[in-house]
Amino acid sequence: MEHKQLIIIGGGPAGMSAAVSACNEGIRDILIIEREEALGGILKQCIHNGFGLHKFGEQLTGPEYAERYSDNVKELGIPYITETMVVDVSDDRVVTAVNKEKGYFQIKADAIILAMGCRERSRGALNIPGARPAGIYTAGTAQKFVNIMGYMPGKRVVILGSGDIGLIMARRMTLEGAKVEAVCELMPYSGGLTRNIVQCLEDFGIPLLLSHTITEIHGKDRVEGVTICEVDEKRVPKKETARHIECDTILLSCGLIPENELSKSAGITLDRVTSGAVVDGDRQTSVPGIFACGNVLHVHDLVDFVSDEAEIAGKGAADFIKGIKEEKETVEIIPEGGVRYTVPQKVAKGEGASLYFRVADVYKNVTVALYDGENLIAKKKRPKVAPGEMERFEIKPEYLENAEKLTLKLIFG
Amino acid sequence: MTREIICTNCPIGCPLTVEFEDGKILSITGNTCKNGITFGTNEVLCPKRTITTIVKMENRSGMLPVKSASELPKERIFEFMAIINKVTAKAPVRCGDVIISDIGGTGIDIVATKTVE
Ligand SMILES: Cc1cc2nc3c(=O)[nH]c(=O)nc-3n(C[C@H](O)[C@H](O)[C@H](O)COP(=O)(O)OP(=O)(O)OC[C@H]3O[C@@H](n4cnc5c(N)ncnc54)[C@H](O)[C@@H]3O)c2cc1C
Ligand code: SF4
Repeated sequence: MEHKQLIIIGGGPAGMSAAVSACNEGIRDILIIEREEALGGILKQCIHNGFGLHKFGEQLTGPEYAERYSDNVKELGIPYITETMVVDVSDDRVVTAVNKEKGYFQIKADAIILAMGCRERSRGALNIPGARPAGIYTAGTAQKFVNIMGYMPGKRVVILGSGDIGLIMARRMTLEGAKVEAVCELMPYSGGLTRNIVQCLEDFGIPLLLSHTITEIHGKDRVEGVTICEVDEKRVPKKETARHIECDTILLSCGLIPENELSKSAGITLDRVTSGAVVDGDRQTSVPGIFACGNVLHVHDLVDFVSDEAEIAGKGAADFIKGIKEEKETVEIIPEGGVRYTVPQKVAKGEGASLYFRVADVYKNVTVALYDGENLIAKKKRPKVAPGEMERFEIKPEYLENAEKLTLKLIFG
Repeated sequence: MTREIICTNCPIGCPLTVEFEDGKILSITGNTCKNGITFGTNEVLCPKRTITTIVKMENRSGMLPVKSASELPKERIFEFMAIINKVTAKAPVRCGDVIISDIGGTGIDIVATKTVE
């Protein structure tokens, strides 16, 4: 069987950044496997700007950000193959892939980095009653149509869900001459970044209807309209608020799910909340030698953090290959009281880590606190936190010295 | 007059209250750092945005992503879009190549954001 020191699955920002990091750590026998025709991942279709503020100190568009990394991969001579789909990963690190040239083939690796990104929740996952006419797309599919193929999916649009992709597409379709009638959000707050609400909706006078949902889709062959309703605190539609909006297109922007079919086949333990792998500070999963980073691990809103995380995974994998990643005792981090999850979920003793976490609701003036049992170990004040914006908390090595597990929670008031 | 806006200069998104009169800023409150003052001033007196869109390629399938090299006056966005929608680009193009120079007499160029060999 063919052998590689390091195989990276997915050539998006996570895969590319992990490859560059491992290469800089001295690993040269690398292969990036990408199923599309070019490196770049989802950034290829994200033509808007706002990428790279943290990483490069300037505002780049998605394709520009991707090109910086793909140039880097090419300059370093890191091998990659495109139009190749990985179909299986085993717990003893055998990768099975298919492409036109080689058909079905297997490669054994010393270490693997999973960087497959995420996919959008589709209508099937959302349960909207009504007919199933043409004209219903996920926001990301519409983004691909408009930005890569140059094809407009419709003229009058209603968007369900106020995730960032939906907000970005509201502006994009408006600029291309469509009328976006409304963005309906089931929750009383938006799932998107404030910046996108201002620049994508308010700039163009597009109404954001919070606590609203689509209760029925009309039209037989093509979408002709929707019925929308306000919902109560229990998210049950209030019938008396029903109203009709004429439209020919519905975009769904109802969240992303890590693409973890391969992780499951390798027997990797997944986190119930993130739907991604449970990892340590180096981003190693429960299967030794298999690492994960980027949106396959947990959904990120800023690609800069994806690159940071992938660098950590790249270095972790390099250390594993060199045999210097020590088996260390780890301390579990338990999310509680307003904190939905943390990544990593465990941190090795003697090492620090930047914990990424998300909160369950919009809260003002909270304190993020780290506890060992009853003892407060560290805290940080935040004027405002929201589920749509990922938070960070620094774990210093000394916090872990005498701990078995630590709890991260929010204290209100 | 006063306007409530959100500073979108960084992800913190401070709520700003801007007091102004006859094209002059009287006061800005709610900002956490001094960038908020610059943002609030521009946003009330002359809001600007970067345009990102696509143009057709003459000799390749697919589209070429482009952007304005710096921010353009927000109220003229649809005028700029109409100009951009009339042009096509030809490969090879390098990221940063000028596709339209001095759009609408603003002195600002529309540039490619992707390299196509
Ligand atoms: C529509 C959208 C808009 C966004 N807007 C912003 C923004 O404005 N600012 C910002 O900072 N961030 C933004 N983000 C977030 C950022 O783009 C993502 O967090 C980032 O692209 C994630 O990188 P990734 O490498 O983990 O995943 P991806 O970019 O999704 O890359 C994963 C790659 O893996 C490949 N792959 C998957 N499965 C397989 C397989 N089985 N075999 C081979 N290859 C496989 C895929 O083809 C893909 O190329 C946005 C994300 C989306 C989806
Ligand atoms: S005022 Fe400063 S801290 Fe607040 S959002 Fe603006 S740039 Fe960020």
